[in-house]
Amino acid sequence: MKQLGAIIQRDLRLAARQGGATFLALVFFVLTVTLFPLGIGPEPAVLARVAPGVLWVAALLAAMLSLDRLFQADFEDGSLEQLALSGLPIGGVVLAKIIAHWLTTGLPLLLAAPILAVLLNMDDEGFAALMLTMLIGTPALSLIGAIGAALTLTVRRGGVLLSLLVLPLYIPVLIFGVSAIDAAVHGLNAKPHLLLLAALTVACLPLCPWAAAAAVKLSLE
Amino acid sequence: MFQGRGIVCERGERRIFSNLDFTIAPGGAAVLRGPNGCGKTSLLRIAATLLRAADGQLKWDGGDISEDIEAHRARLHFIGHQDAVKGALTVRENIALWANIRGDGEGRIDAALAAFDISHLGDTPAQYLSAGQHRRTALARLVASPAILWLLDEPTVSLDADGTACLQRVIADHRAARGMVMAATHIELGLDDAELLRLKPQ
Repeated sequence: MKQLGAIIQRDLRLAARQGGATFLALVFFVLTVTLFPLGIGPEPAVLARVAPGVLWVAALLAAMLSLDRLFQADFEDGSLEQLALSGLPIGGVVLAKIIAHWLTTGLPLLLAAPILAVLLNMDDEGFAALMLTMLIGTPALSLIGAIGAALTLTVRRGGVLLSLLVLPLYIPVLIFGVSAIDAAVHGLNAKPHLLLLAALTVACLPLCPWAAAAAVKLSLE
Repeated sequence: MFQGRGIVCERGERRIFSNLDFTIAPGGAAVLRGPNGCGKTSLLRIAATLLRAADGQLKWDGGDISEDIEAHRARLHFIGHQDAVKGALTVRENIALWANIRGDGEGRIDAALAAFDISHLGDTPAQYLSAGQHRRTALARLVASPAILWLLDEPTVSLDADGTACLQRVIADHRAARGMVMAATHIELGLDDAELLRLKPQ
């Protein structure tokens, strides 16, 4: 556990030192969302209607944008090899890196989401559901994305391939995330949607690190 | 005792070497020699379990290492072509990082810096290092966290004479403490008594 903590700490420290690149996902998220009122007009009712969907789609794309850095830098300078040889199970190493990824991308998205929701005039009833779906859903984005990031490690300019692999897998997160907020906004019960979203994240928790670890092992051969 | 029996290596359908045997006793060493492309790096990567051998068996004290790969990885250091040094971190942070990840703590960092004569660079960000200093930082991991088996792939690349002497001293100390070394090198590392593995291109 202590060793996995050391990996998380390392990734957070590297993210803090490299500054700009880390907040890229957050800046992208904010910029994309602010483009919508400019694109579809400032009518409050229209913005309120599209707010949950816009926020989640932008969050999806922002999370994806940061995925290629997840393993690539470590792969190129030999660190990934050394991590694999540290005596820790590779699945554990991958999980530690996913947690660090969530802390540097998912968590900032989660914190920025309510502010952007105000900007989009989202109904007050939806805020709790928005925060909950972001809290439950964004870890799934990091988990699923890790598989794509690991599979495209040895591909030159794998960014496009990565998005083709990962975006279809993000669809369930998008559907249940948005439907939970919509339900709350319309005064319906959001709980079933939240539970489905939670089930998705819980299923990803053991499966995705395992699959990503297998892909990492292959890339090191 | 680290042994390989009948190791066969294939890369992309092409056979690199076959039926290779080696034995390294505690305090012993093996030096890999041969022309480019004869499989020195591949053999070291097989010994590190990064690469799967097409056939053959690796044994540690008589037991098959494939039964517990993580235990084998925990007892070895692999120094490859890439230094695994992060430019954004200082030299000291780079070395401490790997000692922590391997679970050995930071108690031996100063000794590691001194062993490769980079104590004065401790607080320098690694992106400002020369290639030789970069290499020394990578090699300092050997001292910072103890491991019984060292797999060194051309460890002297970009080292100057002084750096090579540091490495020789560190290897001698390691072997005196019953550590084992397997190295691919064209430079004398004070391993005159080592088993010589000559790999021939097939």
